[in-house]
Amino acid sequence: MTVESTAARKPRRTSGTKRASAKKAPQPKSSEPPLVQLLTPEGERVEHPDYAVDLTPEELRGLYRDMVLTRRFDAEATALQRQGELGLWASLLGQEAAQIGSGRALRDDDYVFPTYREHGVAWCRGVDPTNLLGMFRGVNHGGWDPSTNNFHLYTIVIGSQTLHATGYAMGVAKDGADSAVIAYFGDGASSQGDVAESFTFSAVYNAPVVFFCQNNQWAISEPTEKQTRVPLYQRAQGYGFPGVRVDGNDVLACLAVTRSALERARRGEGPTLVEAFTYRMGAHTTSDDPTKYRADEETESWQAKDPILRLRRYLERQGLADDAFFVALEEESETLGKRVREVVRAMPQPDSLAIFDHVYADGHALVDEERAQFTAYQASFEDADAADGSEGNGSEGGN
Amino acid sequence: MSVQKLPIAKAINESLRKALETDPKVLIMGEDVGKLGGVFRVTDGLQKDFGEGRVIDTPLAESGIVGTAIGLALRGYRPVVEIQFDGFVFPAYDQIVTQLAKMHARALGKIKMPVVIRIPYGGGIGAVEHHSESPEALFAHVAGLKVVSPSTASDAYWMMQQAIQSDDPVIFFEPKRRYWDKGEVNTEAIPGPLHRARVAREGTDLTLAAYGPMVKVCLEAATAAEEEGRSLEVLDLRSMSPIDFDTLQTSVEKTRRLVVVHEAPVFYGSGAEIAARITERCFYHLEAPVLRVGGYHAPYPPARLEDDYLPGLDRVLDAVDRSLAY
Ligand SMILES: Cc1ncc(C[n+]2csc(CCOP(=O)(O)OP(=O)(O)O)c2C)c(N)n1
Repeated sequence: MTVESTAARKPRRTSGTKRASAKKAPQPKSSEPPLVQLLTPEGERVEHPDYAVDLTPEELRGLYRDMVLTRRFDAEATALQRQGELGLWASLLGQEAAQIGSGRALRDDDYVFPTYREHGVAWCRGVDPTNLLGMFRGVNHGGWDPSTNNFHLYTIVIGSQTLHATGYAMGVAKDGADSAVIAYFGDGASSQGDVAESFTFSAVYNAPVVFFCQNNQWAISEPTEKQTRVPLYQRAQGYGFPGVRVDGNDVLACLAVTRSALERARRGEGPTLVEAFTYRMGAHTTSDDPTKYRADEETESWQAKDPILRLRRYLERQGLADDAFFVALEEESETLGKRVREVVRAMPQPDSLAIFDHVYADGHALVDEERAQFTAYQASFEDADAADGSEGNGSEGGN
Repeated sequence: MSVQKLPIAKAINESLRKALETDPKVLIMGEDVGKLGGVFRVTDGLQKDFGEGRVIDTPLAESGIVGTAIGLALRGYRPVVEIQFDGFVFPAYDQIVTQLAKMHARALGKIKMPVVIRIPYGGGIGAVEHHSESPEALFAHVAGLKVVSPSTASDAYWMMQQAIQSDDPVIFFEPKRRYWDKGEVNTEAIPGPLHRARVAREGTDLTLAAYGPMVKVCLEAATAAEEEGRSLEVLDLRSMSPIDFDTLQTSVEKTRRLVVVHEAPVFYGSGAEIAARITERCFYHLEAPVLRVGGYHAPYPPARLEDDYLPGLDRVLDAVDRSLAY
């Protein structure tokens, strides 16, 4: 494949779906770049010339349900960390729309490369949320089979997965399949060399990959301005593929924009960078103290843009969901929270010998030797305990 | 006040402060080192007092951090960069290994590379993946780098001073699980050379050699062994490149037995180098082969298994028993 074949400069689809009745999206301040929005913070539907969605009431309620349950799961995990059941938790609070919107745009055969905060995307892929908690509890380093739901393992080293996504997408293209691949990362990650290299490779090889950057404004303590001087979505232009900024707290816009980018990838037109402009409402992780570096006013101003509240207003205003729906969902949330709590508390302490499991696919003499030594070492304690027991009170000893 | 009791993290903070005060060419760089003061608060308050021009929050890019530090050093600055956690140094590994380490030699000694790379390292804090690793051997293997790790607050303070003053690049491994351990720091003492090993406890029956987080474990092992009537000498190596083999040799010639303890995997680890050299130097003195205690040839395990993985008192004492049984 050559650079020429990337066809990156094809005009974007102007679908002509603009409705006569549609309101125009509010124009951003001239200093702010345009933001694709379909649902205002007040819960009003607006139209965008390039991105249309036409969802059934059931689908809309589905998106709402996804966001509410994801938030409930996240809150439960945060609480479990506070209770000492998890070593760490990276909350997605505030980013539900970006994750559910993009996640629901995916087809089953698409493949997802997440970072470590994509609990909502995992939800959309059908990954049991309790599977996400093993690594945060410290019982495993992943805990799910990526191929079951086409949802890759979480990646903690910032930016690495964007290259994996690109390579996977190159493979998809080689196979002649029309699946697409999506890579999630943060605004901080955009500074990593790996991310720049993934942009280069995906452009050069016209890989069917969507780069989904959740710009939640912060990389731990550093604001986006410490990573870039141009709006992130504009980076794509320099690599020769389109970039678009979407209101990351608008689930409809995230769905529409991601869908369009995925379709573009499927058509063989190459990568797209989607920048979901959103906000991390909580701390970076449970180890972080955001009061050290950010102002309460900022957080409060984003509270008004809450993605869940926004859709709820729309559903209520349009009469698309009744009280019974919200009450039932509340109950479902509680059930989910309870299940998560129970499953986490019941997670068994891993067997010590698990250290030596899966180090290699083939055997390895050194690992075998160390496993045997470790087993003997552990057994020596049991022997000693047994001896102590018989000396002391004649009991069996050991345990 | 010249003598203070400080936790290791604070001792490093004080040391960095002093360096910023005394040498206008010293710069602190890294992710979150400014306003936040670093995720371990090691650089706490420094940006407030020295400004964003001296204490620089960098983009989230390790190759960028080290690569630009090289450029700044070429321009006469003395950058002290922070890599947030051990497992995140690898994006910068290329710059460290292929550029930083070799620059002085390639310029036939005409240029200096006074760059310090601070890396909180090692396990024992119940962290997630990539937050508990001990990659020191990967750096010690590379010619041109000095690799050190303090185990006390005093060393943390003074070794940082010496690392910053060094015209060679120094990889400064900070034992993160000891950050909160307190010790006395005399800011007016005259320290020994950066690479000099320290006899942390005298003994006659066997030498335990360690550095960084394992020194404390070895001291505890020596105390426990004393109750069994055994006298263990504990050597704090302090530097993994170079290694002070002379001090080590003196100790082994006295005790005739050596056990090397580190968190990093034993296979191809620093213990292997020490065992080989000491066997060469002390062949006729040794009563037992040099034994090693360390991590396994397996990825650093999830937090709930790290107590099995990390050398603790029992594993050290077990090796002591084996050595003494020869
Ligand atoms: C290579 C690397 N360097 C540093 C870190 C430590 N770290 C973890 S998350 C993080 C900030 C990430 O910010 P961003 O990419 O914006 O994603 P967010 O967490 O905000 O979703 C940092 C510095 C890491 N995980 N990997």
